[in-house]
This record gives sequence, structure tokens and C-alpha cells, in this order.
Amino acid sequence: MTTAATTLGAGAAASEPVEPVEGPDRARSTAGATMTYREALRVTLAQELRRDPNVLLIGEEIGLFEGSYKITQGLLKEFGPKRIRDTPIAEEGFTGAAVGAAMLGLRPIVELMTINFSLLALDQIVNHAAKIYGMFGGQVSVPMVIRTPGGGGQQLGATHSQNVELYYSFVPGLKVVAPATPAEARGLLLASIRDDDPVLFLENLSLYNSKGEVDLAAPPLEIGRAAVVRPGRDLTVIAYSRMVSVALAAARHLAATEGADLEVVDLRSLRPLDRQTFVDSVRRTHAAVVLEDDWLTYGIGAEVAASIGEGAFDHLDAPVRRVAMAEVPLPYSKPLETAALPQMSDVVRAIKETLAATGFNRGGSVSHD
Amino acid sequence: MLLVRRFEERAGRAYTQALIGGYLHLNLGEEAFVVGAAAAMKPTDYLFTNYREHGFAIARGADLGRVMAELYGRADGLSKGWGGSMHMFDLEHRLMGGYGIVGGQLPLATGAALAIQYRGGSEAVVATMGDGATNIGAFHESLNIAALWNLPVVYLVDNNELGMGTSVERSSAQPDLHKRAAAYRMDSARVDGLDPEAVYQATRHALTRARAGRPFLLEVMTVRLKGHSVVDPAAYRTAEESAQALARDPLDRLARQLIVEGGASQDQLDLWERQAHDAVAQAEQFAKASPLPPVDALFDHTYATPVPNESRRLPGDPLFETPPEATCRRPNDLDEGGPAASSPYSLPQPVAA
Repeated sequence: MTTAATTLGAGAAASEPVEPVEGPDRARSTAGATMTYREALRVTLAQELRRDPNVLLIGEEIGLFEGSYKITQGLLKEFGPKRIRDTPIAEEGFTGAAVGAAMLGLRPIVELMTINFSLLALDQIVNHAAKIYGMFGGQVSVPMVIRTPGGGGQQLGATHSQNVELYYSFVPGLKVVAPATPAEARGLLLASIRDDDPVLFLENLSLYNSKGEVDLAAPPLEIGRAAVVRPGRDLTVIAYSRMVSVALAAARHLAATEGADLEVVDLRSLRPLDRQTFVDSVRRTHAAVVLEDDWLTYGIGAEVAASIGEGAFDHLDAPVRRVAMAEVPLPYSKPLETAALPQMSDVVRAIKETLAATGFNRGGSVSHD
Repeated sequence: MLLVRRFEERAGRAYTQALIGGYLHLNLGEEAFVVGAAAAMKPTDYLFTNYREHGFAIARGADLGRVMAELYGRADGLSKGWGGSMHMFDLEHRLMGGYGIVGGQLPLATGAALAIQYRGGSEAVVATMGDGATNIGAFHESLNIAALWNLPVVYLVDNNELGMGTSVERSSAQPDLHKRAAAYRMDSARVDGLDPEAVYQATRHALTRARAGRPFLLEVMTVRLKGHSVVDPAAYRTAEESAQALARDPLDRLARQLIVEGGASQDQLDLWERQAHDAVAQAEQFAKASPLPPVDALFDHTYATPVPNESRRLPGDPLFETPPEATCRRPNDLDEGGPAASSPYSLPQPVAA
């Protein structure tokens, strides 16, 4: 229900998907296009800016500088400084300002240069954006998006390589999405912008140049739904964001080398968490490995594994394994950084060991039929 | 002012009777500030305030019974019983919230002003805070952004000279708090917060500037008659300081002024006193009669846009509604058709007494 925002704001009818009516992207929208994750984000932001005058972008270096990672390239030129608003280095101030503007019915999209800097805005995100709707008895909503990339592997050291989406995934009132492909980036960004709640939209530095097919006429993806992105019989790999591509690569590798048929579940949303999809998958495959690009203890993998424990305990043929980052502040030097981050080889090892524990390829596999 | 005073006294009494839970921060002694500032605002202006906000809710025109019902945690409360003393919200009167985190409301107010400017509106925003909030980062980030973007917002500092038990002198390197605006080339002023007319005029002036795109910092010198909250005996004040605070009561001052300068009679004052008393008594009756919020509404306000897989579990609920069917038999079940006595998987047998 959108009563408050609708009362205050002009045309805050968020949940109605409206297709773009004009602009250069329209011509391309009848067919799929191959584009990078970065381009998918930029094209979608431009489409939404054209569609809804209440949408504006707020962040550091997004206008004149065209974005630290060039997501907002060209947008200042098309939409002007009123809607592509450069800010001082004041994450708490401008994130909170976006919350206040959203309370009056605008639909701000905040870019936080990296998720590391979101910690400076933690109070505004956790104590304000997430709570205003519930704490005041549903009188006013906060329709805003916080776009921010996480990710290590770029030799940026301990303070610039984190994936602290876990902190936000913990908080009711927030929605957290983590697209893994250009198509998901578009579909989930559309959904996030049109949603009446605050959405933390997690990007990833190492995904920006990844390519994929994007249907520019496709409807928004649903927040709160995971997807089986590769069906399989022998084991379920559960991942989100960058680790989905690692999971798919591992699945291809193990299909070729071991004859293993892996199912891959892409969580897409970290809050709400679609437990049913991955628990159903594990009930079919009877084994699970969970991947995450962050520290293991108390992590998203822990939540997924606990959910499998509750929902599929009697279906499991092996303990659930988690593959996560080493629990150190991420080092700068390349061999140290590489050793700390989950690599393909780590994922393959954990899957093979889990498969072995189920009796796979020993000729004594348990029949479930 | 009288209504706010009597309301706060009644709320304080209900709190000590355990009819009201949580924290309770009262506007006692700040009535001239609260009423003067609210009177200077247009009905279309927005107010963001802190956790000491009952007076503001009343002065903005919120229903007295609903303010009291919120304190009582009732369904008819201003925030439907979800907010309590610190988190009152009334969209109709553009009371955009009391906020419990010191300084947290300041970026929000700044953003509301941004929304007004974005739409070309003529409204303005008032953000109130205590003196302690001027030491927090959000204060400085907000003032900088507001000045940089020429936003229609007035920052009102309620300087009662105490942040909980820490005096302004002990917490602010620049104790003349209005001077902090200079760092942002923002206009500012200081006004006597015991004089409602002075607060009204100063706030009006500040709002006029703000509407013209010149945000303003107004420091209002008030007095806190009692402790930080109802449970605080204010032991950090000397007996002399406490007596001095009580001697500066703005309500006494206004009463004297009305009699001496305004020619009001004692009968008139007594009549107002009775009216305030009756209104507060009615509000309390309303609050007591209001139902408690239904527990099945617990999940009504988590999200504005419904979303699949939203958690609606109560603390003892299982994650999955139907118990999973066992399709994998335990190792010891395979041959025997039942758990072996020595199985590590079998449950301990009850021991006969």
C-alpha cells in the first residue's frame, strides 16, 4: 500500500510496470541485445529516468566525473544536474537526504561508490530507511534504491574489498538484491526502482565487464525469488552475485571431468530469502554446497545451510559445505589476496568432497527412488 | 503552552504508574520554544523532530487523545502503537516523525527540503534537535548539503544547555552553537526560548529566508525543568542549578506577562487551566479506552510493496510449514528395518525408575 507516498508525491504509483515510451532504447527493445553488466545498468537507469520524473540519481562523482565505474556515463548530459546530482563526500548526509526525499514521494537512486562506504551511512540505512515504514505504523514509505558494488580481487586492500551486504540482509524493512548477470541487473534494477521500499542493490566490481543477453522489453524480475539457473540431479550449488558464474563454471568443469550433473541456484534476493527454491532443489539432489564471497562465520552461507538443515535434513546424503573467504582483512599483495578469496579450485574441491561423501561415483550411491 | 505542560505532567504521572512503557522525554520548560516555532510554520510545512516531541505533535495540531494513545501503546495512537513516545508521526499535520537517534532526523529533513526544491514547491522544512546533536556528523553533513544546494530548511537547535547530563560547555568546543553555521556560510541567530513571541518571530524570519533558498540555523535558548527523561533525577545538577532552572519556568513568566502587560485576570488564567486539565483528562480517557493493537497485525508494516518469501514467522515457528518427508533412511535402518540399539542415531531410551 502506497497511501502516504501517493498522498505526498506526484505519481508515486510504483508497482505498476510502465514500459518506456520513447528514447533511443525503445528502438532496440524489441529484440535481445548482448551487453555488459555495466551497460545493462546504464541503459536501465536512463530508461527509468525517462519514464518517471520522480526518479533522480544522487551520489559522489556520478555527474561530471560520470561515475567511478562509469555506470552513469552520459546521464548528466541527457538529464542535467537536477536529476543527476553530485554530492559532497558525506555518505550519511546524502543517503539520509535520499531517505527524506523518498518520504516526500521522490524515487531517489543513491550510488555509494563502493559498499565499503555504506558503513558511513549505516545509521541512515538501518535506523531510518529500513524502519520508517514500520515504526510509524505504515504511514509513509521510503521508495529508494541504494546501488553499490562489493567485491575483492582488485588488490584494493582491506577497506575497499568487502562484501558487507550481510549487514543489510539482516534487517527487516530493507530488501537486498544481488544480480549475477546483465539480464538480472536490468530486471532487478527495474523492480528495485519501482518498489516502494528501500532496496539495497548489490553490484560487483568483477561483474561490470561481464557480458550477456539482455531483453530490453522484459518485465522486471520479482524481488524475493531465487532461480534455478542450471538444473541438475547430483548436487545443488547455491550462490549469488559473482559466485554464480563461479558455480556455473564449476558445474561445466565437473560435468566434463566427473560426469557430475550439478544444479545451480542463484539466490538473486538476499532479503527476502527464497528458502523454498533452494530447499526444494536440495530435496531433489540430496547434497548442497553454498558459495559466498565473504567471511564464513555468521554469513549468508550459514543462513542458507541452517535453512537446508531445517527444510531438507532427512534428504541430505552429506553435510552441507560452505565455501567462503578466509577470515582475515583482505590483503593487498596478489598471492595473499588470491589465497584468501574463494577460487574455482576451492569450489571444485568442496563439491567433489561433498559428492564423494554421498557415495557418488563409488558405485554405491544411495537410491532415492 | 499550558496544554503541552499539563499533557506532559499527566504523561509523566502515567509513566511512574507504569501505564506507559519505554522511555519518556518531556518538553517541560520548552513550551515557549515548541509552541512559538510551530506557530510560525504553515500547515503545509514539514517538521522533523527528535524523541522529545509530544509538544510538537500537539502544537502541530495532532489529536491530543491520539498522542496520549501512542504513549499508552494503543491502536489509535499517532503511530498505531508502533512508535511510542520517541517515534510519533502524523502525516495529516506533516509531523514527519520524532526520531530516536540523535541527529538522525537531520539528513531526512535536508532530503525533504530537496524534494520540495525538486518539485518547485513553496513549502519549507523545520528540523529540530537538541544541543547535543550539533556535535554529531549528520549535523555537519546536513548543514553543508543544505547550504550548498540552497535548500528550504530551518535547523532549530533547542539549547537547554544539557545533552543528557553533559553540559554544552563540556561537549561543544564552540558553545555558541548558532556560530557553527558560519562554517557553511549559513545565516544563523540565537533567540530567547522562554519567550514564545520571540521564538515565533525568529522562526518566521528563518522560514522566510529558507523559502528563498537560504537555509537557516536558529539556536533557541531553553531550559529543561527536570531530568533528561522521567527516570532521570538530574543528580549532575547542583540543588542551586535545579532551583535556578525551575525559577526560569517560561509558563510562570508568560502568566505574569499576561496579567501585567496583557491585563488578563486570574479568573481567565483559571479558566484556561481548567480547559487544559479537562482536555488532558479526556485524552487520557481516550487512550485508556483505545484497544491494544491486534497481534495479528504484527507483519502488516514490514514492507509497503508486498514481496514473496517475506518472513512472517513468530519466534517458535518452524521455517517450513510441512515437515519434510523422509526419503533417505538412516544407515542403521537399511538392514534391520528399524534402528539398532547401538545406533548413534537412535534416541536415548527412557530409564525406568
